[in-house]
Amino acid sequence: MDRRVNRVEGTPSIRLALQRVTLRFGGVSALSDVSLDVRDGELLALIGPNGAGKTSILNCISGLYRPQEGRISFVATDGTRHELTRLPPHRIARLGVARTFQNIELFKHMTVLENITLGRHVHMRGGVLSGGIFWGRQRGIEIHHRREVEDVIDFLELEPYRRDAVGNLAYGIQKRVELGRALALEPEVLLLDEPLAGMNAEEKESMARFILDVHEEWGVTPLVIDHDMDVIMDISDRVIVLDFGRVIASGTPYAIRRDPAVVEAYLGEEHAEAGVVGP
Amino acid sequence: MTTLPGLLLKQAAERGDAVALREKEHGIWQPITWAEYAERTRAFSLGLRELGLEPGDRVAIIGDNRPEWIIAELAAQAAGGLSLGIYQDAVADEIAHVLRVAEARIVVAEDQEQVDKLLEVRDAFPKLEHIVFYDPRGLLGYEAPGLVAFPAVEDLGRAANERAPAAFEDGVAALDADATAILGTTSGTTSRPKLAMLSHTNLIEMAARLQQIDPMRPTDEYVSFLPLAWIGEQMMSVSTALLAGLTVNFPEETGTVRADMQEIGPHVIVAPPRIWENLVSDVQVMIEDTTWLKRRAHDWAFAIGVEWAGARFSGTRPSRGLRFRRLLADLAGLLPLRDQLGLSRVRFAYTGGAALGPDVFRFYHALGVNLKQLYGQTEVAGISVVHRDSDIRFQTVGTPLPGMEVKVAETGEILTRGPAVFGGYFRNPEATAETLREGWLHSGDAGYLDDDGHLVVIDRLDDVMLLADGTSFSPQFIENKLKFSPYVSEAVVFGGDRPHVTAVIAIDFENAGQWSEKRQIPYTTFTDLAQKQEIYELIRDHVVTVNSDVPPAARITRFLLLHKELHADDAELTRTRKVRRRYIAERFEDLIAALYGTEGSVTVDTEITYQDGRTATMNHELRIETLSDAAVEG
Repeated sequence: MDRRVNRVEGTPSIRLALQRVTLRFGGVSALSDVSLDVRDGELLALIGPNGAGKTSILNCISGLYRPQEGRISFVATDGTRHELTRLPPHRIARLGVARTFQNIELFKHMTVLENITLGRHVHMRGGVLSGGIFWGRQRGIEIHHRREVEDVIDFLELEPYRRDAVGNLAYGIQKRVELGRALALEPEVLLLDEPLAGMNAEEKESMARFILDVHEEWGVTPLVIDHDMDVIMDISDRVIVLDFGRVIASGTPYAIRRDPAVVEAYLGEEHAEAGVVGP
Repeated sequence: MTTLPGLLLKQAAERGDAVALREKEHGIWQPITWAEYAERTRAFSLGLRELGLEPGDRVAIIGDNRPEWIIAELAAQAAGGLSLGIYQDAVADEIAHVLRVAEARIVVAEDQEQVDKLLEVRDAFPKLEHIVFYDPRGLLGYEAPGLVAFPAVEDLGRAANERAPAAFEDGVAALDADATAILGTTSGTTSRPKLAMLSHTNLIEMAARLQQIDPMRPTDEYVSFLPLAWIGEQMMSVSTALLAGLTVNFPEETGTVRADMQEIGPHVIVAPPRIWENLVSDVQVMIEDTTWLKRRAHDWAFAIGVEWAGARFSGTRPSRGLRFRRLLADLAGLLPLRDQLGLSRVRFAYTGGAALGPDVFRFYHALGVNLKQLYGQTEVAGISVVHRDSDIRFQTVGTPLPGMEVKVAETGEILTRGPAVFGGYFRNPEATAETLREGWLHSGDAGYLDDDGHLVVIDRLDDVMLLADGTSFSPQFIENKLKFSPYVSEAVVFGGDRPHVTAVIAIDFENAGQWSEKRQIPYTTFTDLAQKQEIYELIRDHVVTVNSDVPPAARITRFLLLHKELHADDAELTRTRKVRRRYIAERFEDLIAALYGTEGSVTVDTEITYQDGRTATMNHELRIETLSDAAVEG
């Protein structure tokens, strides 16, 4: 697989930066003055209690929400800098920012193959005419895309389900298909919104392994949101904690577990004295 | 007499451009020609020599069925080494046992999973110098001494080939056909697996004798999906494929075997009873779930199929009317079903490794599949006895292959002699002396030859039960009848030296679950489902049916449904999925005692080990169903 990237060791450069982002719905502030960086090659996790604003951040990055204040900039591999708050979602996707959703957003009646191929859409060239005739160059392009999709299927071990309608598959498999669609986009940054939610222990373990492999072997920089502290603390390099729309802590998993502000946000004030978050 | 690598070179010289192997990758069948097959084997073989492999050294191979598996096998043999397969789902402890006996210097492993298991035990084996892997996923960051990628070994070999182009061919020509080629692991129902030394001659003789009975052609397709560590798979994918020039197809993943079979439409299939039984269950569930019209069409066609098969089995030629009806039934219902199962082109379908119930047999013949019983063991390089096309009988396993002698000792034990009989167990003279006496292989199986020279296998000699009334009986026979129900996955029958016969039954979670869902019976886990009143009644009805089919003394009086599935990881089954009766009798001692008591239930404690090492104890109450005297005496 040619996609595997050998990362240059050294000071990690910043791939994605949120600067003083504020998002309001009417009078309610979902995000207040949030600043954070996603560094190249790190596995960053975003945690926080329900309603802390985690998904809002992903939605701002992927262009579904427009923050009222602040800037979100993305640095592509070629070094160009893009201001995401001004771009529509499909342009952001084309730049190399892919995502999955908390509640699976797949086309239930289409097959696994078709759903993942949809992820290739941003890379497809050719108009109605050349697509309609499907000869020569266009045919070669189709074969190229299918090979890329098959790489993803092979990587996520989805071979047995290739031709199955997504709606008939088990929940854990659907989650994997959604990850596959995001990977088919050949992203540089991958936003994962609760990839482990609703899974049993075995499914979680395999999903965590896929996230690690995506990170290590495909050279993708993941930003993961989840509630499963055990897994998050296990796989991430750095954790950012949100509470009521604000960043309250940032650091290594070890430091975060012992951070008084985090303990308070999770366990409440009265337990904060001796608490440690997670096992 | 030639050798296996010799046969490969012969095929490559004669039919270099024909397809030898096919592997499904990226959703497409990728062909490998005989010339490429030979080239890769040459490269890997010379590469193994570069790694330091000396004649007589052992190369162990562990992984799913892939071209690399048999390339590694033939490469090891071509370098004068011995190859041995390890079951890919073996746990670290089982792998350690085989490595300990074999003292392998090189292990060829498929992927990260296998490499992890090997690294876990390698400290105990200083002689293990290299681990060669062929699926690099997840292994990029590994830094272990001697860990090397398959293509890197091939490249070493190719470089060596540049320097000395004739080294490989000369080496193959100099091989001794009577030297040991593979160490075959025995199934180990009663003990740890032993390693049977099989020579090139043993393996090729066996294949050649089978060719005499069932000639296979170079155009025939074969799908290799059972563990290559099993002799049954070896005898097809390696010995027979090299001799007859079959194309061997490797499925994409374990989960895609069914779809891949359908795409290939193999001409030859070998599978243990387990696979044939599962297929029957699937069909039964499929028919139950289909529309009313299709079900009626199937039932009609199938009834004609049964009648036609019955006529053939009784040795009479079906009447013209029956032949006509059978033609209609075939077109309307049987052929489409065969096609669904990937059985539409099958000329030879074999079952072996354990006994297959007559009901399953009848099913396939009614469907129009030429299913034949074969009998053999690792120690005869595969098989020694097989059904002839015109002479198939439910109760027998057929007649001996040409050149093989089969007789029954006074003890009732089946003995075999002939050119395919092995040379002994590797580094185990005691077991060899016990098994091999005056050229006769002592199988440990009980059986007899009927008046027409057909061999009838009863059971393992040690398992044959003496019932309360003094008659001997095979528990396997009853178990197979129990397993014919799609809702039963495994059954173990007890009754030797006991007042009556009892059974421990494990339900088939998927099929029984589907059955419950259809009837709106809610359940959560396997344990919960197995203890449902309705499931007990469902299984009870089946037990009553089975009882009506066996002699009164062998009828099941009490049974219980187990709270878990029987599994090879828990050592309850062998890796070829045979029940390890003695182990089960020990493990479930309390349950069996309760079956011979009077209580209506028994409590069982189970210790569960989670993947992170924590343990928990759970206890379940299992109901014991007692069949009324009427049901038993019937």
